Amino acid sequence: MIEIVPREQPSRRLTAGVPLLAAIGSLLLAAIPLAFAGAPIIEAYGQMFTGVFGSLFSFTEMLTRATPLIFTGLAAAVAFRAKLWNIGGEGQLYLGAMAAVWVGSGMIEGPPILMVPLVLLAGAIAGGLGMLGPAVLKTRFGADEVVTSLLLNFIILIFVQMMLEGPLKDPMSLGWPQSEPIIDEAVLPQLIAKMRVHAGFLLAIGTAVVAHVIMAMTVWGLRIRAVGENAAAARHAGMPVKRIFLAVAFASGALAGIAGVSEVAGLKGYLTTDLSPGFGYTGIVVAMLAGLSPLGVVAAALFIASVFVGTDSMSRTMGVSSFLADLTVSMSLICVLLGGFFARFQIRRVRTEGAA
Amino acid sequence: MALPVAPVPHALPGSGAALIASDTRHEMTTSKPVLSLRGMTKRFGSVVAADHIDLELARGEVLALLGENGAGKTTLMNMLFGQYTADAGSVHVWHEDGAEIILPPGQPQAAIEARIGMVHQHFTLAENLSVIDNILLGTERLLHLNRNRRAARAKLEALMIHSGLEAPLDRKVRDLSVGERQRVEILKALYRDVRILVLDEPTAVLTPQEADTLFASVRSMVENGLSVIFISHKLREVLAFSDRIAVLRHGKKTGEMRTAEADTASIIRMMIGEEHDMPERTPGMPGDTVVRLDSVSVHPERETRGLRDVTLDLRRGEIVGIAGVSGNGQSALAQILSGLLAPDSGRIEVGGESLAALNPRTALAHGIGRIPEDRHHDGIIAALSVAENLVIERLDDADVQRGGFLRRASMAANAEALSEAYDVRGPGIHARSALLSGGNIQKLILARVLETHPSVILANQPTRGLDFRAAAEVSRRLIAARDRGAGIILISEDLDEVLSLADRVLVMHAGELVETDSRERASIGQLMAGHAA
Repeated sequence: MIEIVPREQPSRRLTAGVPLLAAIGSLLLAAIPLAFAGAPIIEAYGQMFTGVFGSLFSFTEMLTRATPLIFTGLAAAVAFRAKLWNIGGEGQLYLGAMAAVWVGSGMIEGPPILMVPLVLLAGAIAGGLGMLGPAVLKTRFGADEVVTSLLLNFIILIFVQMMLEGPLKDPMSLGWPQSEPIIDEAVLPQLIAKMRVHAGFLLAIGTAVVAHVIMAMTVWGLRIRAVGENAAAARHAGMPVKRIFLAVAFASGALAGIAGVSEVAGLKGYLTTDLSPGFGYTGIVVAMLAGLSPLGVVAAALFIASVFVGTDSMSRTMGVSSFLADLTVSMSLICVLLGGFFARFQIRRVRTEGAA
Repeated sequence: MALPVAPVPHALPGSGAALIASDTRHEMTTSKPVLSLRGMTKRFGSVVAADHIDLELARGEVLALLGENGAGKTTLMNMLFGQYTADAGSVHVWHEDGAEIILPPGQPQAAIEARIGMVHQHFTLAENLSVIDNILLGTERLLHLNRNRRAARAKLEALMIHSGLEAPLDRKVRDLSVGERQRVEILKALYRDVRILVLDEPTAVLTPQEADTLFASVRSMVENGLSVIFISHKLREVLAFSDRIAVLRHGKKTGEMRTAEADTASIIRMMIGEEHDMPERTPGMPGDTVVRLDSVSVHPERETRGLRDVTLDLRRGEIVGIAGVSGNGQSALAQILSGLLAPDSGRIEVGGESLAALNPRTALAHGIGRIPEDRHHDGIIAALSVAENLVIERLDDADVQRGGFLRRASMAANAEALSEAYDVRGPGIHARSALLSGGNIQKLILARVLETHPSVILANQPTRGLDFRAAAEVSRRLIAARDRGAGIILISEDLDEVLSLADRVLVMHAGELVETDSRERASIGQLMAGHAA
């Protein structure tokens, strides 16, 4: 007889260890598709490792890839803490990017000290408004924000496409649907010469620290956790539940919006509709892997970026499909969910006296 | 292990209606056992929740199971019902033909097939389904087109008439009051033609008359062979209703006796190991009015039963007890005073201000402390720590935050002091409040409410589900708060509690509030049922 018993107090070591084990587990499980692809497994893992840690360039590439994931991961983590299911990170990312090129491609001119905060602010507001819509629909009419925020992604992407074919189209782009470039003053500076990693990475780390401080140490963080855990009791205790919910929605959207700004003003320089290979969605995995902890988001984003960059490089040298990266990331999510179960429950064999 | 729930055969002998034929005479219980629990043991970590408990139940017997919270009653019943797997011990059941079977541990399915029914203290109803759907749930085949609702309905209606337990079959459970839900739970068990029925605090939400009706109908079913295990904190009921009493304490059986030979003092000694000490109520000394409800009405569709033109004066230094069966407007009244519901008409005068409505913030600002009816749902946030839960109603205060940052050290000191003063026991102030027992959660809420010295206290079912000691502690605290000058509105379905605590008694029925000078159970019971005294 097997019995599943909830643990009274999940131990700290276990809660922290589970994501780590899940990460390792998902990497090990990657051996299965690798074997099917006919690649020498040990060598493939080696390639994956050197693909990330083999050179300064590859390592900074990983950091560059992690940057938007930290932002979208934070967007999901903050929202999920309040039980606001923001699945619209992808759309909010594009809204942020669009606002950044709108403000930052010559509409306003000024020194970098002014322009960089301005594009960030514009992106944050655009992304924030993008999530405020579903949140208002939720609080007013009870519309499920999972559905509305998810579907909004497609609407926004098509809207961006329309804008890039129309008002935002760069007349110098030879017909390509892309925006005018961000002016130099609004560009997020490079951190290391000749490497693509940019100031957005530092900003992402800083944002995660601020988010951690807010969630763990302030009245606002306590309110957000209270609303997420038991909205009825929070309301009974006199907390402005709707306002907290809407504020969280705006903050979450703003974080995803900044991911878009960071990509467009730190990396690409101009907006196209292939700016993000699903950073908004991957952010959800990052947040889950991080157990919704803002600092954990940084670690989870670095892990997932490593998987992507490492697998990319491995697939190029070994001739294995790069979809392996997506597979590994998905498996890590499943491992985390399973691991979370084992952290919360004890499974043990029981023998019963007098059992038939 | 995950077997589908088999339909309960409808054609079994002794279906509900036949069981409760009322013309049989009361016989003495036969000694033939139907159920025997032997050496039942359950450990949770280092805690032994049940320690080699033996229990016998005879055919046609009502066994009262008594014990404080945490004594192991529910653990024992959960093992009987297969919801917990016993660490040791066995459950023996005898069929009508005398065949003995041993229930396999950890399988509710086996308990259901042995026709054991359980009415839980915490409801197990699907809120979004109708009453009849809830009752039939699990008794019908999954892929059965012909649902034969008419027969089920006829059987239920007969059951309702015979048991005196009325429930609106076609209403959604979420629209029902707590009391109505409990009746549905009992009907659900009766519908399944159970031979052994476990009732966990069944009368907590019934009027004395309804409780008497329930006892009468259970008694007549018992005479026809039903065996009942009955968990209660109300000694009066236990003494009046049971044939035998078993007492548990700290996971052990500390006593067993025939009810005819038992008396209150001896039972309580077995339960808590000392003489029972109920707080004495001294007469209050009412002062100025602190809250006045002036012709307050709420439409019945907005909240169960609503309120009809309710006028209520609460003065400093008095406890106003509101008796009544749940679902008669108490929740509307409580929500208005908690600031969760705005009345349709009427005024609320509080602290010299006349308002159309309160919200939780203004209620707190006007010194209204609230002890909510559902302490798990409204009272605490289970995932937050004890220290955090103690301050969630006053997050803006200077000792809780400075510049928006939580003052953890000050919060911890506050929590340590309050845990000590109010005897909140648990794994510590930084542990999730979910780990506290019901009684300790209530003490936490009491500490939070009373430490702010509110001028008004709304105590909604403050002792529901608490054991003697915890309930007496809550009562003592309320009387102390009254003596300090607070006006207290005590809403309770436990008439004994209202009578023992309240300076004035009001009765709520169908959304109306009537004051009574009577202290007689019978005449107040009449008012609770809607009859003029």
